[in-house]
Amino acid sequence: MILKYLFAKNEAIPVGSAAIFFGFSAIVWFMIGTGLGSFNAAKLAFPDFVTGTEMFAFGHMRQVHVLAVIFGWISMAFAMAMMYITPILGNTRLWSEKLGLWNCMMWNICLALGLSLMWMGVTSGREYSDFPWPLDLAVAAFISIPLAVNVWMTIIKRRTQGIYTTNWFFAASTFMLIIVFLVGNLPEYFHLTGLTEAYMTWWFAHNVLGLWITPVAAAIAYYVIPKVTGNPLYSHRIGHLHFWSIVVFYSTPAAHHLMSAPLPEWLKSFASVEGVLILVPAIAFVSNILLTMQGKWNMFVENLEIRFTVVGVLLAIPLNMQGGFQQTRSINWYIHGTGWMVAHAHLALLGFSTFLEAAAVYLGLQTLMKRKLYSLTLGNLHFWLLLIGFSTYWISMTIAGLIQGAGKIYEVPYIDVVIAEHPYMIARWLGGTMVFSSTILWLYNMWMTAREGTVIPAGRMPHELAYER
Amino acid sequence: MNFREYKVGSRAFGLAFGLSMSITLFFPSFDLAASISSEVGLDKQLTSGWDSGWQIADPFLNGLNKPLKVLVRKDPKSGEPMEPVYAYVYPAGTSLPNGVTHTANLGKGVEELSVKQGRITEAKKENGAVFLIKKSDQLLTFEDKPLSYVENATATKGWTPDEVLKQAADSDILHAGSGKTMFVREGCWWCHTLLPEQTQDWQVFGAPPMLGDFNGESPTAFGSDRKGPDLLHVGSRNASREWMMLHFFNPRLVQPHSIMPRFDYLWGEVDADGKKIDFKKWRSEYDEYREGKITTPPDVPMYAKDSEIRNLIDFVVNLK
Repeated sequence: MILKYLFAKNEAIPVGSAAIFFGFSAIVWFMIGTGLGSFNAAKLAFPDFVTGTEMFAFGHMRQVHVLAVIFGWISMAFAMAMMYITPILGNTRLWSEKLGLWNCMMWNICLALGLSLMWMGVTSGREYSDFPWPLDLAVAAFISIPLAVNVWMTIIKRRTQGIYTTNWFFAASTFMLIIVFLVGNLPEYFHLTGLTEAYMTWWFAHNVLGLWITPVAAAIAYYVIPKVTGNPLYSHRIGHLHFWSIVVFYSTPAAHHLMSAPLPEWLKSFASVEGVLILVPAIAFVSNILLTMQGKWNMFVENLEIRFTVVGVLLAIPLNMQGGFQQTRSINWYIHGTGWMVAHAHLALLGFSTFLEAAAVYLGLQTLMKRKLYSLTLGNLHFWLLLIGFSTYWISMTIAGLIQGAGKIYEVPYIDVVIAEHPYMIARWLGGTMVFSSTILWLYNMWMTAREGTVIPAGRMPHELAYER
Repeated sequence: MNFREYKVGSRAFGLAFGLSMSITLFFPSFDLAASISSEVGLDKQLTSGWDSGWQIADPFLNGLNKPLKVLVRKDPKSGEPMEPVYAYVYPAGTSLPNGVTHTANLGKGVEELSVKQGRITEAKKENGAVFLIKKSDQLLTFEDKPLSYVENATATKGWTPDEVLKQAADSDILHAGSGKTMFVREGCWWCHTLLPEQTQDWQVFGAPPMLGDFNGESPTAFGSDRKGPDLLHVGSRNASREWMMLHFFNPRLVQPHSIMPRFDYLWGEVDADGKKIDFKKWRSEYDEYREGKITTPPDVPMYAKDSEIRNLIDFVVNLK
């Protein structure tokens, strides 16, 4: 039904169409991504579960899970947030709803095509930049550049004097994503090989997290918390500190992902020191958001969007404490390449960032569709299944990682590590399956919100209305 | 309204971001470009050829456009027995490796030797080429080991790809290049790293790689998320093809606690004798064995010479 607007005049497209399209696409990709994750986890716990078929082999599906959640769920939820938050903060309309709709449709097409090919084994063999270069160029041309143009033009055409913190992050991150994506894939366009290829792979992987996912997720919190609580942001100066320290410190430690490779030692040491300094933006962000909550902590219990956002922000604390220190040589030595890293990656993407994006999607879809959330019970169930599922996953994989690390340095035969990890593999599968189930409930809840949610009167915020179910 | 009042901010942003790009990309590029290919590095890039990930000549990663590593026991010209030597055979039309097309990639010293003495710039993709790794008597590396260089045996000795392949027994031909493509396509590297760490790790999995061990290799497929043993030196620990065959068909045959997937589908349709492989029957018999109804597992079919599993096993046992 949104597709009918693809060829409409821009003025004729209802405000928020692009954001709604992005929002539902994001939830569907979240369901696909976590479904694949759960299936993969089952194979690690029970290796003879669905076996002997190329298309269902673990090695064919693992990267599809990863890219479905990064490019599908997380990035599309970001695009959704940008499509409605950027104009609101500029007191204007989105520069082009039509571009937004086409952006979303091409995004879905490119991602479906790329992931299907990758599932068949068509890969560049580079982690996180697994797409072959023709698809990389398609991603840049149809996904990241149109999104950035829409965001920048909306900010330029704004009708406010200044630019709010959230929009600094949106404008800068869309720019940095384009650069990181195009530069990070240079080894594929120009066939750069050897250590250069290995380093650039991790340069991309580090920066796509540090300059895209982390800042945009934080920017969402900078919007949701003041908007819903009604409190002004605690400090714009701390916001400045956060922004600039992200640009300066988070863009430099790429080499800490390859501490055991023969990269130049100065580069590894530099990366390691810079890696500790990511605590600067992290502490600035967490303190700023939590201090903004002053006097409104009751909403942490009562309001779903605030609860999602604050939990995401609280998860940023262990995330950055791990992230800052696990890459120093003395700790990296123990945990590199183990399940600890898998747990950490899920803490970043499924913990910290997913909770923030879920809040943005909940708030945005209700605001734009002018419909109150269909069921609070389902919303609560979604929250708790997601939180308990994620925690189960994170704790079990952290323990598995510590076992693996001990096995590594004490030279335990590898098969004994596999045996010791088995119970945690089952726990991880259960946790992942809970997360997957929660996304089904969520999709149903948002679908019913669109169809049967209480209509929100003009000028009111969704949270000002009582739930009916 | 525009970014006017953000002029200082925009410039500061450009400066900060540009500086971090310089430090993380521009400065390291001098160090990385100065790396001199070791013998290991030469072997890897000559074995794996142009690229092991997606490439135009092999869009579905079927192991096309790849060289063969051949143990030459008899002189291909005269047929006389000779000291066995590994030759890297690039049949006509096969893309040449990065170090041959872009010789600077080999590093200082190795490049000059390979071009002047090895005559590698005379190799042409249309005609194919045979390469050898030669040791020089120059002591130039930081470890004071003799430099190795690439020799284009087609130019220096007149060996053509066809002649070398004709005199070689099938068991002396390693499809390790295509095998690396299988390694990438099947996602072996999602669980097995190719990077022993600089810790006690290396006493089990072997020495960590050195600078110069990767020149020209793409993708390096180091892996990051280890769920099985490191494989960089697996061929030195276990080079038994029989073990590999059983292990790939069903890892639980040789290691009951393994969580590795079965790769029986890489056998293809038929076995070495051209008989159709009955996977369904094999699995039901295996289930009976697992349940204790029969005492021995069913026999694993011998793979065909041109099967994908042969390429993968060749690659794995070649990881010395």
